This record gives sequence, C-alpha cells and structure tokens, in this order.
Amino acid sequence: MSTQASGLAVETAGLVKTFGETRAVDGVDLAVPAGTVYGVLGPNGAGKTTTVKMLATLLRPDGGEAHVFGHDVVREADEVRGRVSLTGQYASVDEDLTGTENLVLLGRLLGHGKKAARHRAGQLLETFGLTDAAAKQVKHYSGGMRRRIDIAASILSTPDLLFLDEPTTGLDPRSRNQVWDIVRAVVAQGTTVLLTTQYLDEADQLASRIAVIDKGRVIAEGTKGELKASVGAGSVHLRLRDPDQRAEAHQVLRTALAAEVQLEPDPVALTARLAAEPGDGAADRAARALAELSRAGITVDNFSLGQPSLDEVFLALTGHDTKDEVAA
Amino acid sequence: MTTVTSTEDGKELAPVRTESLAALLVTRERPPRPSSLSTSLTFGWRAILKIKHVPEQLFDVTAFPIMNLLMFTYLFGGALAGSPSEYIQFVLPGILVMSVVMITMYTGVSVNIDIEKGVFDRFRSLPIWRPSAMVGYLLGDALRYTIASAVMLTVGLALGYRPGGGIGGVLAGIALLLVFSFAFSWIWTMFGLMLRTEKSVMSVSMMVIFPLTFLSNVFVDPRTMPGWLQAFVNNSPITHLAAAVRGLMAGDWPAGEVAWSLGWAGLFLLVFGPVTMRLYNRK
Repeated sequence: MSTQASGLAVETAGLVKTFGETRAVDGVDLAVPAGTVYGVLGPNGAGKTTTVKMLATLLRPDGGEAHVFGHDVVREADEVRGRVSLTGQYASVDEDLTGTENLVLLGRLLGHGKKAARHRAGQLLETFGLTDAAAKQVKHYSGGMRRRIDIAASILSTPDLLFLDEPTTGLDPRSRNQVWDIVRAVVAQGTTVLLTTQYLDEADQLASRIAVIDKGRVIAEGTKGELKASVGAGSVHLRLRDPDQRAEAHQVLRTALAAEVQLEPDPVALTARLAAEPGDGAADRAARALAELSRAGITVDNFSLGQPSLDEVFLALTGHDTKDEVAA
Repeated sequence: MTTVTSTEDGKELAPVRTESLAALLVTRERPPRPSSLSTSLTFGWRAILKIKHVPEQLFDVTAFPIMNLLMFTYLFGGALAGSPSEYIQFVLPGILVMSVVMITMYTGVSVNIDIEKGVFDRFRSLPIWRPSAMVGYLLGDALRYTIASAVMLTVGLALGYRPGGGIGGVLAGIALLLVFSFAFSWIWTMFGLMLRTEKSVMSVSMMVIFPLTFLSNVFVDPRTMPGWLQAFVNNSPITHLAAAVRGLMAGDWPAGEVAWSLGWAGLFLLVFGPVTMRLYNRK
C-alpha cells in the first residue's frame, strides 16, 4: 500500500474546467485521505464526472492544480495512470468482445503475459460470478453484469486509487447492493476509492468523507456525521384519520419534536423536519412524538421517517433543488 | 459475505465472492510496462477479434471491391480499351488502389464509434505508449486491406487479368499500397477524434475520398483531360500510387512513382499522425 508523506491520495486546489461559456468545474478543492472511500455527491451536471476525468488524466484542467499520490496530473500524467483505474459510463469495456476477451485484452495492455492475463481474467470472472457469461459478448450482459465486468476490468492490476463514477446509476437495488459489497472489499485491501454519486444513501453507506458539489463548486465537505448535522436528521411524515385534529397534532408535534412542522396541501398530512442532535436518534424522538399524539387522543393512520434525501440536502445547502441543475 | 441475485430475465446470476476478491487484490505489484510494439499488437488483436465477432464488416472489403471491379471493367472496358479483357490489364491495379484507399475511411468511423460506446476513455487512462490504440486500429485495418486485395486479384485473374510482374510484382504492389494506406489513414483517425458523430465522419470522408480517387489516372490516361485538370491529376498522390502499383504489377520498376508514393505517405504520417495524437491526448 502506498502512503505518501501527506497521506493524501488526491489533492486539488482551485481546479477549473470550462467548456465554452460553461464553467463545468469552478474552483474545486479536494483532499482525499489514502485508504478510504471518498464520496463526491451532486446532481447531474454538477461537475462530478468532469472532476474525475481531470484526476484520471483524461481531461486537461484549465486552471488550478491536481495531484494524485503527489504526482501532478498534467506534468506526470503517466505516473498517475500507473496508479489509478477508472470505471464510468464512458470508461467501460468493448461491447463486441466477450467478457474473457475484454479482461485478457486489458491484462495484456497492463503488461501481463499471455498466460498470466488469461489466468487473472478467469479468476476475476469467477470471483464476480460471470463464469457462465465469460464467452458471451458484453452487449448481451444485463445491467448488473455489465457493472461487474466494468469493475473487474478496473482491478486487473490492483490500483492504488479507483475512480468509480456513478457505479450504481440505473441498477436495481439488489445489483446496487452487490456493487457496494465489491467497493467495501476493494477498500478493505487498501485501495483508495473515489466514488461519485447522485444518491445520499450510497455515499452514506460507503464513504467516510463526502464532498457535496453543485454548479462546479464544493458547497459542503466533511464526515458523514458533519454533513448530516448540517441538513438535519430527516423528516417525519404523518397522515391523520381526522382532518379536524390536525391543528392539535401540529401543536403536539412542535412541542414534542422541537421542530418546524409544516401543514401539507393534503388536509390530513403533516411534515416535520428533524434537526440533528448528537446522542438522540431521530427514530427515538419520532417514537416519543407518536406516544404524545396517542396520549392526546389523535389517531395516526400513516407514519414514516425518512432520511434526508439528496433533494433535502440540496435545498438546505443551496436553497434550490436538484432539478434546477439538469438544465444548467 | 455473499449475496444472490437474479437478472431481469429471471436467470440466477452467481454471487460475487468477496473472499476470493480480497485474495485477488492482495498482489499489488504491477508487471513491467509493456513495450510499444506489444501494446500496438494487442490493439491489433482486438481489431481482429472484432472482425471475428462482427464478420459483416468484411462486406466492405469483399463485396464492395468486387462490385467496383465488375462495374468499371464492363462499363468502360469496351469504350476505353476496345474490350473489357484489354481494359482490365490497365484498370485492375487502379481499382485496387481506389477500393483500398476508399475503405481506409472506415477507420475514422470505428474510432468515433469507440468514443461513443465508452471504451475509449479506459484505453486513454492506461499507462501505455500513447499512439498504440491508434496504431492498433490501423494494424487491424491492414488485415482488411490485405483481404480486399486478395479478393480483387482473385476475381481479376478469373476475368483475364495477367500481371507481367508475376507473384513478386503483385506482392510488391500490394505492399506499397498497404504502406500508403497505413499512412493515409491517419487523416481518418484525426476526423474520427475531431468530429462529433459517426455520420459526420462518414460524410466528410466521402467528400475527401470521392474527388481524390476519381480525379486520378485510375480509369483513364490523364492526357485526355483538360489542362487545368491534368495539373491536379498529375500531382495527386493517388495518381502516383496507382502508377507505381500498376508498374510494379506489370513487372516494371517505376522508381520515381514509388518514391513519390512513399514521399506522400511520409507526409501524411508526419502531418496527421501528430495532429491525431494531439487530439487523442486532449480529447
């Protein structure tokens, strides 16, 4: 495992990339500790992929600096390429070739001998449960299989830093969980993983530190705990049986949760956004509030406690929701 | 830790074995960096695998050249040389040059498709000799050009073509044609990287290749053309190449034309090779 003097796998300062008039990446500062999973969270078009492409030496920055394990991504691009691996929609495998052929091809390009490349390809396919599909062209793979072969192709030689650009976008929950298992196994062996995602729960599950990116800028950075504390612990959604009880329920909840309670357009629905309080879980507080409601004789038909969604994180951090981004 | 899943079509997908994954990841040392020759040949192998999986692409290098040969021999033969069998002695090397140079343009299309399909950036992120991906395309294409040449010569021989240079002359002609095509193809790798869609690569290629191949000595002696056109035709790289290949196959040694062809090839490589690599690195 590689440990640089700074202990940082990635360090950027004021990284900028412009496409015509658009500043896709507008002064990004990142510090990714080696040996961890670092999450870069943001909506479509926030600049996540552009940032990753610059770090993987695929795009030249227009401003600022970026170092990967102490190597400059422009001046020492070749050293960087020797340490990193990349998986994304744009850095995939050859659809016309079979699973085995793809892995042997990349193994050979990485310098493995013919026999060693075949051997490693076979092992990887078996490990990833793709032995049955090994002789099939990748274009016939399902979404989950496709993502597995993409990741397998990225660890033909164990990289020191693995970029996973939206590895679970478009996957069903089961395949997504499996990708998560793979990521955990990879990082457990000492590889640093830089993961970009649109999903807060994915960053939550995998990453130890998270940077939230919006419009090409880092708008929040910290550990999961710090980040969540800044947006609150989640939201409680309630539906009452009797609309006439809503005013009373509103009072009870405000006192019990010490939170802002909103009346929804639906005459029986209420929503409360919980603040993060260390040492007091959101679920405990919600349970106490429910007990208070029943003591007051208010019947609750439906109750749910949601984690803060990416939309809520964005709303809290930027004052606009993620959908605005897509057009930008 | 193991998980079981099923794909959309209901078939069980074997679980990911995280224990053996951990064992695979333990080795961290990388093999020595492969040579530029080795990586270029590996990319060439990829091109051959693609021919194996998508044999339809050989249609361009078999049916298309045969069609050209039959069409032009019988269409113009009687009018231009008295009979098709007379004309084929003159026109076959020319049509061979024209057809192979025409099919070089598919190189740009395949580069563009790779970018679109998303395998390209993985290659670009590898620590290897930078031009090897491009050289690999061209090595695979050299095989396609060889197939096209073999097919056309076989059909030509059946139609009565009798090369005076024998096997040696024919092979020398094909070798020169392959060298020229390899160098010329860097124009297409450039367009493949530069233009946005497969369609635009195709139409730009057509606009270059049609005038270039037809305005040459492939079909007729340039002396029958108006003076201003002769000025262009006599200096076209295709004219030099066709004259050289025709001469070699006929058993002459057209040193001047061979030198001109190689000179043009060198020029194409020196100009479009670096431009291609610049685009490849900056893409």
